[in-house]
Amino acid sequence: MAEAVIRLEGVRKAYPGAGGEDVEVLHGIDLGLDRGEFVALMGPSGSGKSTLLNLVGLLDRPTGGRILIAGADTTALDEAAITQLRGKRIGFVFQYHYLIPAFTAIENVMMPMLLARGRPDEAMRKRAAALLAQVGLTQWENNKVNFLSGGQQQRVAIARALAMNPALVLADEPTGNLDTKSADGVFSVMREVNRAEGTAFLFVTHNPTLAARCDRLVQLVDGRIVTPAAAPQPALAAASP
Amino acid sequence: MKSWMPFEVIAALRFLGEGRMQTTFIIVGASIGVAVVVFMSAILTGMQANIIRRSLLSQPHIVIQPAEEVARPLRDPRDEAPTVQKRTQRLLSIDQWQAHSQVIRDMPGVDVVTPTVAGPAFALRGDANRSVSLTGIDPDDFVRIVPLPDKIVAGTWRLTSTDVLIGTELATDLGAAVGDKMRLATPNGAALTLTITGIFDLGSKGVNERNVYVLLRTAQDLLNLTGGASNLDVTVKDLWQAENIAQRINARVGLEADSWIRTNNQLFIALNAQTISNTALRIAVAICVALGIASVLVVSVVQKSREIGILRAMGASRLQVMNVFLIQGGIVGLVGSIFGSAIAAAFLKAWEVMLKNPDGTPLFQLHFEPKLAVWAAIIATLTGLAAAVTPARRAARLDPVVAIRG
Repeated sequence: MAEAVIRLEGVRKAYPGAGGEDVEVLHGIDLGLDRGEFVALMGPSGSGKSTLLNLVGLLDRPTGGRILIAGADTTALDEAAITQLRGKRIGFVFQYHYLIPAFTAIENVMMPMLLARGRPDEAMRKRAAALLAQVGLTQWENNKVNFLSGGQQQRVAIARALAMNPALVLADEPTGNLDTKSADGVFSVMREVNRAEGTAFLFVTHNPTLAARCDRLVQLVDGRIVTPAAAPQPALAAASP
Repeated sequence: MKSWMPFEVIAALRFLGEGRMQTTFIIVGASIGVAVVVFMSAILTGMQANIIRRSLLSQPHIVIQPAEEVARPLRDPRDEAPTVQKRTQRLLSIDQWQAHSQVIRDMPGVDVVTPTVAGPAFALRGDANRSVSLTGIDPDDFVRIVPLPDKIVAGTWRLTSTDVLIGTELATDLGAAVGDKMRLATPNGAALTLTITGIFDLGSKGVNERNVYVLLRTAQDLLNLTGGASNLDVTVKDLWQAENIAQRINARVGLEADSWIRTNNQLFIALNAQTISNTALRIAVAICVALGIASVLVVSVVQKSREIGILRAMGASRLQVMNVFLIQGGIVGLVGSIFGSAIAAAFLKAWEVMLKNPDGTPLFQLHFEPKLAVWAAIIATLTGLAAAVTPARRAARLDPVVAIRG
């Protein structure tokens, strides 16, 4: 079996509810991603996808169970260590791309490296330029990101997510706001990176066509994984909203 | 991105540059605040220096006199409760004044010590007679306390044992000019005829009417204090320390020592009140500037919460996020202080050009000291940093999950 980049064991997450009782959103999730795996995560609204993604991305902590990164338990780590681990191991691509508008495309891609190392240097710039070339944006690298189209911004976000050479990229509906052609382009870029670099992807989507092109499909319904499918099943995918 | 700048500074500059309107407003606000403080401080310092210079021109900072003579009843006053009358105070010489003046001269903070003999006298010339305050001085030391040579308006600065210096008003009253003779008589019957060698103007009518300067020895003869000194006049290096030094002198040599602070109490209180109200005003302005900076940064944190969340998701530590906002506050303060000092310097220049004495000299001397600008920069930067603490902590506390979702 290939090495797991991340493993969730019986992960639960509850939020304080209105009546003083906690409301559990995730009820014991077991999920693992192997190196180089490209996994689609689907589920209706309110099924707990975002919560799950926040936990996998170490942005939030579970109320039960364990999250292991490369075999190491993260439960006992403190805030600073979690932040560092997140910066090094995990890349994020969000639906609304969330670039930092005060910076240019290449500077946005350099940002995770800058945060880790403190000061910019030539090596960072070279790496960022190479990543932008990989997503086909070389000619836009010195533009402020607000001047780029939605698809271009999302590709900058992918380049940024790859900056620290993470083992895992979490993509929260990265194609949700794009037209079919741009969505296809963005998805292809991710798939290429996945094949070339061996980066694992957890890809949240509502688009069954794109989900069908992933290695594996995970269905989340009411806080439980219902189909730990080994391969995408078009019938099931088509049934989801 | 300049490679020598750390992430926090780069991000702070970019964020400030992005909110152009907000940044402009707050820097203008900080500049005006700094300009007001710097301008006010320079005016106040100049004005106080001017007032003090004028008021203290003709007097020493500390006057030392023999201890007051007290009546000592032979019987215990508790026995029969007698009325003990206060003694009359004779004009006395300070016992051991030469030794004492040496001791005082060596005390820290003391600048000049000079003996004088001061007492009442009559200035007589023809039919005119005026009561005057006679002061015998040691010219070499005394000029370091009262710059008499600069104030001579007729004649020369020369004092031998038969010379006398009088003020302009007295000269008018006596109808005397330089080179004329006048007679000085004292209540104990001594009298001398002296030559007027110089007429001075110390800027105050009363002083010009009453002050008469002769050589120490001449005054000793006239006031029957041979070899003595009725006062020791002292100047100190720091005016505001005069009272403390006076008390130390009193404790050390057991003589009455009165500082200008005590003898010009009203003036001192007025100056002090001015300083206090000025300080209060400065603090108020600093608080206003700080609140302005804080409110702009609070808004900025709210506006940028999503970006802060992203930065946190990408591995920015809480400290890094906090520093970005602290540095923004510091930059606003620093830039504001540079503009503010420049504005203040321009206004001070205009003040100097526009407000003049009738003779064309500036109303009072203003010094825009570079030190003041440096202080303004340091304090404004610290104020900016302090103002940014709350917003910065708020930014650092943002939960990335909430920030990104919101």
